Amino acid sequence: MTLRRFLHSPEALAGAAIVSALAVMALVAPLLFPADPLSIAGRPLTPPFQDWSLPLGTDRLGRDVLAGLFHGARTSLAVGLAAASAAIVAGSLVGTAAGFASGLTDDVLMRITDAFQTVPGFLLALAFVSVAGPSLATVVGAIALGAWTGPARIARAEILSIRERDFVAGARIVGMHPVEIALREVLPNALPPVLALSSVIVAGAILIEASLSFLGLGDPNRVTWGGMIAEGRAVLRSAPFLSIIPGIALVLSVLGVYLVSEGVVEASATRRSLS
Amino acid sequence: MNRVRAVILRRLVGAVAVLAIVIVGGFFLLEAAPGDAVDAYVVSTGGDAGMIEELRKAWGLDRSPLARFGLYVWSLAQLDLGRSVTFSRPVLNVVLERLPNTLLLMGSATALSFSLGSLLGILAGSRPGSFRDRLLSIGSLALYAVPGFWLGLVLTVLFSVQLRWFPVSGIETIASGKQGLDRALDIGRHLVLPVASLGLIYLALYLRVMRAGMAEAWRMDFVLAARARGLPRRRIVIGHVARNALLPLVTMLGLQSAAMLGGSVVIESLFSVPGLGRLAQEAVAGRDTPLLLGIILVSAVLVVLINLAVDILYAVLDPRVGAGEAA
Repeated sequence: MTLRRFLHSPEALAGAAIVSALAVMALVAPLLFPADPLSIAGRPLTPPFQDWSLPLGTDRLGRDVLAGLFHGARTSLAVGLAAASAAIVAGSLVGTAAGFASGLTDDVLMRITDAFQTVPGFLLALAFVSVAGPSLATVVGAIALGAWTGPARIARAEILSIRERDFVAGARIVGMHPVEIALREVLPNALPPVLALSSVIVAGAILIEASLSFLGLGDPNRVTWGGMIAEGRAVLRSAPFLSIIPGIALVLSVLGVYLVSEGVVEASATRRSLS
Repeated sequence: MNRVRAVILRRLVGAVAVLAIVIVGGFFLLEAAPGDAVDAYVVSTGGDAGMIEELRKAWGLDRSPLARFGLYVWSLAQLDLGRSVTFSRPVLNVVLERLPNTLLLMGSATALSFSLGSLLGILAGSRPGSFRDRLLSIGSLALYAVPGFWLGLVLTVLFSVQLRWFPVSGIETIASGKQGLDRALDIGRHLVLPVASLGLIYLALYLRVMRAGMAEAWRMDFVLAARARGLPRRRIVIGHVARNALLPLVTMLGLQSAAMLGGSVVIESLFSVPGLGRLAQEAVAGRDTPLLLGIILVSAVLVVLINLAVDILYAVLDPRVGAGEAA
């Protein structure tokens, strides 16, 4: 039912198509473009649609733009998924702990969550990367650092409502250990609303990764769309396509993720109101 | 006004706790960063190895971490945020110098996204489910998917390079000698593109909150009553539906402030606006941890203050808020 509603929404379908295309690009990048995308492929600053071995042209150093686009999809998707997973795992754990402990522990954990939401996430990411050094792992950590608060709040709210239900009381009477109740009975039921947030976090992570790379704080050994845009900025007047092409890829990817997320939320919301 | 005072008091207690946690986090960051305040001082002023040891002792950096934390908090209490390596000056002075530009940029961008976003939100929410509504909703989502720095680059290509309407970077024409109104206009011209790049993206949030609130308000009894009374549709949309959807937008103002401060880092760097965000980028480039930490602390205080103001505004606008506490 949910799936059918999802498939009936043209926006959701468009989003799913974009996200699938992104995933395929990321998967086939090393097959289609086995050479290092950071190596020189042709004459520098070849415009797009001139040389059919380099369909989208080359940048200032003669690197293949199309190859960069494919390998960049890989980085964007990897960082987005990894950062979102880290944020959701960390957030759910903090939220679950706060929801179960209540009292002082809850207060302290929620104040920490407040504090993380008060500091601008991007500044936090900047600080983390500048201290830990730019690499794929630190970029993922830096983004997760600013993204776990949303899942934590939702997980806590869910736990607070679920822990009072009968099946939890039943588990307690049967003599299950509180930690076992938390992990086996309550958490699985609290997870769906948290997971509903995941695609928005993925989209946000892709955007933050692009911004960090644009400022030169991405992993220097990988092609990123943000880095490509920054590269093209030096020749913005003579070759604006170098900045514009990876930007379009970014916008489409993030929009695709948003559309899918909207579609899922809407499809499940309609189902709820029907039942 | 007892009710509003209760809200302020409760928020202030929360704000103090939050800032305390930010300070603890900042201390960890400072400890994790390579080099300490003495290294920074010696780099910026020059000195020898003997002097380094003496300074370390004098500044208490040879003591235990707990004692160092105490010293750090003590200096913060005296509004001493340490010394910037790259500027060779107290961090607080550098930060306060740059703050007005960021406030001007953020204020203008917020005004743009709030006004345009709520206006388009009313257009979308006046007929939920219509073609216009779907178009505006998708359009705003697409805008929200655009990275600010890329929008800035595209606007630069269009309006600075092609049309030559606006300057490419900076906040005012250097050494132009302009005064008064002329200078204000010059700054305004420089800020058009940065404000548009920052404000247009967050417009989507206000549009969507407005639209969602209106879609809900249409189902309320008082709207049904207004329709039954035969009021003109225009009056129902403005006076009944939109009016009731306006309050959540105020909350968005506070929630958005942190995200916008973060976004201004990239926008200010792109357009060379000498504000807090560009300063953060300079601090990272110069490995200037005390300066970066100072910016983070000042931003946190700024976000706390903005949220406090929003809470007060909300309490004044909505008589239900805090009514229980004051009674």
